[in-house]
Amino acid sequence: MDFKPCVNIRKEWDIVGARQLGREKAKEIGFGTVDQARIATAISELARNIYLYAGTGKICFEIVDDFEHKGLQIIAVDEGPGIRDISQVMEDGYTTSGGLGAGLPGVKRLMDHFDIISEVGEGTEIRASKWVR
Amino acid sequence: MNKRLEEIVVENSDVIIKHWLEQVSEKRKSDYTSAISDELFRSTNREFINLIFSSVDKQGFTTELDDFSERLINLGWPLSYLTDGLQTFRRVTIDFILSQSEKIDSDRFSDVLDMVDKWIDPIINRLVNEYSGSWEHTVSLQRVALQELSAPLIPVMKNITIMPLIGTIDTERAKLIMENLLDGVIKHNSEVVLIDITGVPVVDTMVAHHIIQASEAVRLIGSTCILVGIRPEIAQTIVNLGIDLGKFPTKSSLRKGFETALELTDRKIVHSKEKDQTIENLLDSLDKG
Repeated sequence: MDFKPCVNIRKEWDIVGARQLGREKAKEIGFGTVDQARIATAISELARNIYLYAGTGKICFEIVDDFEHKGLQIIAVDEGPGIRDISQVMEDGYTTSGGLGAGLPGVKRLMDHFDIISEVGEGTEIRASKWVR
Repeated sequence: MNKRLEEIVVENSDVIIKHWLEQVSEKRKSDYTSAISDELFRSTNREFINLIFSSVDKQGFTTELDDFSERLINLGWPLSYLTDGLQTFRRVTIDFILSQSEKIDSDRFSDVLDMVDKWIDPIINRLVNEYSGSWEHTVSLQRVALQELSAPLIPVMKNITIMPLIGTIDTERAKLIMENLLDGVIKHNSEVVLIDITGVPVVDTMVAHHIIQASEAVRLIGSTCILVGIRPEIAQTIVNLGIDLGKFPTKSSLRKGFETALELTDRKIVHSKEKDQTIENLLDSLDKG
């Protein structure tokens, strides 16, 4: 485990900031261009969810390097309204904002490991990791 | 009594200036202004302190102060140079006044602080406003410049139009893309529009959603939209995200997209043989000769 830089998400352009930092980290760790694009896209989705549904929150990065894995973990934390039915938001095509509804299930497919904890009225924390192959 | 204090300061300006210059130069060592030549630094310091005094003296702002700050902004001096300088001036002046008075009670002390604050604070506010005004101006100019670059539409051929997209697409830009696209299709009477996303760094669901909507809208007004410039890594992320782009044609490169566009408008690229022919003619004529 390494340092933990974070990007606060308050306005739409912060999404770009988070994405760029994440891409830089991914490059440093040694991900290929395809995985870099996957990571950047996943960050984009998570950050946009924060911006759209919670208003504010943050995206943190953690470099994972232990016996089993080497990779990058993205942690998206907000104190927004929370998610009532997690299995529903993980379904393809479910959306409350008129979007494509591919965000969270998409992130799960883009990354190798995906964890979501949400409490209605408290907020949401999503951890998504990608391992270097 | 304030008048009296002011007189003390103005009369002893030499001493205060000396102290100030010493402190500012001392501070500079660990500083951002190291790229600036000593001579320029000294002359700017002199000018700065003289301006501070003249504005203290005149009890108000002078146009010289505005000129001075404008010049520093243009030269790219940091704002902290000015604020640090004024803070130093505040400290030096207070130290000096207090060292001049024999008895110091708390009333007197707060009087002095008050007085000096009244000199310094308006100048700091003025300078900070001046600087932030210049930043805001720059940012707004850049925003306009960015907007101009946002969603250009190029009519390359009769009935064929290209929209190259470069950089991040946010909500505002997505709106512009849609508007420009529809306006342009009508205006140029295009049958085929190529949207080139080679320069878009990340295609997430939001971007894809906007592109799908735009192409759907283009379809409604009777034209065809072809998405081109999909890089391999973008193609993979789109598949991973589970975005369905099956409804409209996509191509890997602008060239291929353009060829398809020509086909759709019943045209094709024909290689002219003119060049070869002239060479052949030349060879023929040589043979004859």
